[in-house]
Amino acid sequence: MSEKHKDEVTGVETTGHSWDGIRELNNPLPKWWIYTFYATCIWAAVYWVVMPAWPYLSLDGWTYTKGVIGYEQRDVVTGEIEAIAAGRADTMQKIATTPLPEIAADPGLMEVALGAGRAAFGDNCAPCHGSGAQGSKGFPNLNDDEWLWGGTLDDIHTTLQHGIRWDADDNTRFNIMMAYGRDGILSRAEVSDVAEYVLSLSGGSENADAVSRGADIFQSQCVACHGEAGKGNQELGAPDLTDAIWLYGGDKTDIVETVSNGRSGVMPAWGERLDEGTIKALTLYVYTLGGGQ
Amino acid sequence: MAVSSAPGATPPGTMTSAAWAVAGALIAGAVLFIAIAAKAQDAPMAAHAWLFVFAFLAGVMALGQRHFNVTHGGSVADDGTGYADGVVKAGAIATLFWGVAGFLVGVVIAFQLAFPFLNLDTAFTNFGRLRPLHTSAVIFAFGGNALIATSFYVVQRTSRTRLAGDIAPWFVFWGYQLFIVIAATGYLMGVTQSKEYAEPEWYADIWLTIVWVVYLLVFLATLAKRKEPHIYVANWFYLAFIVTIAMLHIGNNLAIPETWTSSKSYALFPGVQDALIQWWYGHNAVGFFLTAGFLGMMYYFIPKRAERPVYSYRLSIVHFWSLIFIYIWAGPHHLHFTALPDWAQTLGMTFSIMLWMPSWGGMINGLMTLSGAWDKLRTDPVIRMLVVSVAFYGMSTFEGPVMSVKAVNSLSHYTDWTIGHVHSGALGWVGFISFGAIYCLIPWLWKRERLYSLALVSWHFWIATIGIVLYITAMWVSGILQGLMWRAYDAQGFLEYSFAETVEAMHPFYVIRALGGVLFLTGALIMVYNCWMTIKGRVRESEPLPASAPAGATLQPAE
Repeated sequence: MSEKHKDEVTGVETTGHSWDGIRELNNPLPKWWIYTFYATCIWAAVYWVVMPAWPYLSLDGWTYTKGVIGYEQRDVVTGEIEAIAAGRADTMQKIATTPLPEIAADPGLMEVALGAGRAAFGDNCAPCHGSGAQGSKGFPNLNDDEWLWGGTLDDIHTTLQHGIRWDADDNTRFNIMMAYGRDGILSRAEVSDVAEYVLSLSGGSENADAVSRGADIFQSQCVACHGEAGKGNQELGAPDLTDAIWLYGGDKTDIVETVSNGRSGVMPAWGERLDEGTIKALTLYVYTLGGGQ
Repeated sequence: MAVSSAPGATPPGTMTSAAWAVAGALIAGAVLFIAIAAKAQDAPMAAHAWLFVFAFLAGVMALGQRHFNVTHGGSVADDGTGYADGVVKAGAIATLFWGVAGFLVGVVIAFQLAFPFLNLDTAFTNFGRLRPLHTSAVIFAFGGNALIATSFYVVQRTSRTRLAGDIAPWFVFWGYQLFIVIAATGYLMGVTQSKEYAEPEWYADIWLTIVWVVYLLVFLATLAKRKEPHIYVANWFYLAFIVTIAMLHIGNNLAIPETWTSSKSYALFPGVQDALIQWWYGHNAVGFFLTAGFLGMMYYFIPKRAERPVYSYRLSIVHFWSLIFIYIWAGPHHLHFTALPDWAQTLGMTFSIMLWMPSWGGMINGLMTLSGAWDKLRTDPVIRMLVVSVAFYGMSTFEGPVMSVKAVNSLSHYTDWTIGHVHSGALGWVGFISFGAIYCLIPWLWKRERLYSLALVSWHFWIATIGIVLYITAMWVSGILQGLMWRAYDAQGFLEYSFAETVEAMHPFYVIRALGGVLFLTGALIMVYNCWMTIKGRVRESEPLPASAPAGATLQPAE
């Protein structure tokens, strides 16, 4: 099966072979194809001369052709990082050493601090508090003026530095919302009544009997932290129960769940991971979100 | 192993000495795995050991049943062509089955990325486990079965000889399915060696090595007894695929098991060496599995279906050797701007650029083969599918070198652009060339005059094409957006966007991508229905156009 054969449609000769009826035309390589291929090879060869390229065994062991411009990726990256750090070093150092109120009063410093704070917030805080700091169930909204542990610059700085219920930090903020139901301090009915009372503090209860029973329980069990009027206490991290802002939900079932099993959310002590300048920048950023005191 | 003894010595299908050897090996394997199961250190190892035991015993029973049938007056199914087509039929059906399974898991994980609650909070249905299930199902189960089935079909026709071996091709087929099931169930149980596209653990790797070497031997032995003076170009590509995948698979899976009864192993190479070996493997899985193998498919089915000669013999030689030689160097472009030394990155990038024209040689030969038959694009949707697959091949083999350039890569790396690039190749090229081949093969293998419906092929073509376009455009936009957001700085040099914000910005594109996947899956389901009706011998009455029948459907005597 190797006699020459001419394809009628194109008039091109075939190679004379045939496999299962398939023949092959004897067309030359397309010129544009082969020249483009040569061009890419020449380009590659030039690139090898300019850049680090071929490994070889020298008398001192394995090495490689360094290229005529002396490019080193590691040098480029280190250089870029150093340049950025150097450009900011003075300002960040100044932020780290200046008291917070003074930074807040200096528009130049404040501009850098807020930029640094926003970037650090996105990378470190947004996963829990949301990219708009709006929070979600169990993670406080940082845009409002309701603060658990205080909303002054110093309060926010302390919370950031030492975290909340963060065991590894001796100065971490700590309190306990007890599990009144699970630990058998209150019966199921009593938990329900006190939840009804808590609801009534923000006008959310329609069961007056339960509210009045719950009021007594509240007075004996809850006022130590949440206060006579349920207004909370930022010294102790006890939330205000009268403002209709709920960290763990404000339905009856949510409140029963909270009273029954307690709550103990955790925030890391960022002082372990971020430098003082960044912590201060974050403090100022969170402070300016809307609710700083 | 298992190459049958001289014809006429024993009737086909009875227990020849080779068959006894296979049965003995299977029983020995079963005993070994019973021992492993008894001492297994973890539940997945025990489950997989039992799976091996049952599979091996089923193999022994199949041999025995075949023998019993023949000695009791039956005969081994033979359709009179002289070719071993039973295993090709099985491969075609397996291709359809795994295709739908793989596309379905792909759609599920696409929706998981858009709507994370679909992870369902269980380890088994978590994205991290389903993602390798998807990639392995589409690459190795769908693509692998398509390659094995078509290579067995093509090598017989173009060599005018029956497949070498009697049991061996079936061993390759069932052994490969066993590997797929071991790999897939392993992922769901959390068994992985964490190498992309090489996730299966050491025992699955050893099993695949055995199966693959038998595959290579069957292919070589068939070529060796060919009745044509020359080896057809499709077979060069298939052979390059089989040989190189064996080398890559063994190289990248060199690992030391914790113990012989544990499903966990540790890679032989440390750190960046391991990464380089992994991407030498990973990129050439693309190069030799998804490119060379499917080019073999293209070189048979396009000229056959179009009934036109291949455009240029010379081009096929030059682009074959340049592709084979250059592809193997390109892997380091997956590790730009990492701990990999500069020189290795340079070589990876420059060889990727030089790879552009060798890749396009296949595209030119595929498209130009249509010259003189372009009208068939209008009348034959199967040809349309084959040709569009070559167009997607050309597009993604241009996009690849562009993305390997370090300046481009610094934007595209780690973004969805890469995912879009992979899928223009996977859905467009690998998917469509396989669909086209399957649409050719089903009527040829089952001796049907034509497909049940060409109109349904047309529907499949358009629905799947729209799906691909939605998929890749969504990923281009989201990938470039992602890359730009990651490198955006504010006036003080702080990052403009947090990572969470970039993820949020991807959401609409993830939804569009998932919808594209739904369309692609829908097309595949239409294909399965069409093929099923064809196999049943049905023809849709309203369609007059006959499908072209292959000239070499039966084994012709040598000249």
